[in-house]
Amino acid sequence: MEFIVNKETQTVSITKEFDAPRDMVWDAYTKPELLDQWWAPKPMTSRTMVMEFKEGGRRFYAMVSPEGQERWAVQKYTSITPKSNFKFFNAFSDENENLQLPGSDWDFNFTESGDKTTVHVAIYNESLERMERIMADGGFQKGTEAQLQNLEELLNKLSQQTGRASE
Amino acid sequence: MKRDVFQAIADPTRRAIIALVALQAMTPNAIAQHFDTTRQAVSKHLRILTECELVQQEQKGREIYYSLEINKMKEIDEWLEQYRKIWEKRFEQLGEVLEVMKKQKDEK
Repeated sequence: MEFIVNKETQTVSITKEFDAPRDMVWDAYTKPELLDQWWAPKPMTSRTMVMEFKEGGRRFYAMVSPEGQERWAVQKYTSITPKSNFKFFNAFSDENENLQLPGSDWDFNFTESGDKTTVHVAIYNESLERMERIMADGGFQKGTEAQLQNLEELLNKLSQQTGRASE
Repeated sequence: MKRDVFQAIADPTRRAIIALVALQAMTPNAIAQHFDTTRQAVSKHLRILTECELVQQEQKGREIYYSLEINKMKEIDEWLEQYRKIWEKRFEQLGEVLEVMKKQKDEK
């Protein structure tokens, strides 16, 4: 999995290849009964209340923590090109779908090569604060000291971004 | 007022300022030249970053220089690591779901 955070453009970019045909991967992203099986990182679970997968439609769902705490969110589908791309606007909400703005824009791309499918996710205007809340709800453990050794790498990334910004 | 580090980096301009001062200590004027915004706006961002202890100030002659506070950056790094793990886990789960789907298809 490739995972790139560009703080300059506030974009998170994730790429991953799956050993499955594109039709199947597309279904796993666009059918609620399949999506709920994998969307929430365990021990959290995903519970979709409403899902209308069409332009202008939405998915209203909750991430549920092991203690039963629900974190609601709405994903409004802004663009759909069947089997190859869809985009949604994502925002947290309360249990009545009242949005907590600002949200973020997500762009999913699916490309097939042989029996494999590559998924590329780009998230624009991602809020680290928002994700921090999700992780706190899920009871995710704080990183260990060993994980902190990436500081040099982070600083390198930051300096590369500065280089790009001044070009 | 004590601010939270994630609030500080939730703003793109502040993130860009962090990237700038990560390389070298800079004066507010030098920082402001990199942005299409007012010097006052940059000063406000610097104040928030200072309150979050993400940058530190140092007086050199008549100028104040801002530089990156390394230890606070570790917190962010730790955070990004957690975020990456969430995606790894999510995709691991998707891989499992796809395997089940493939088996079901083969059985048909």
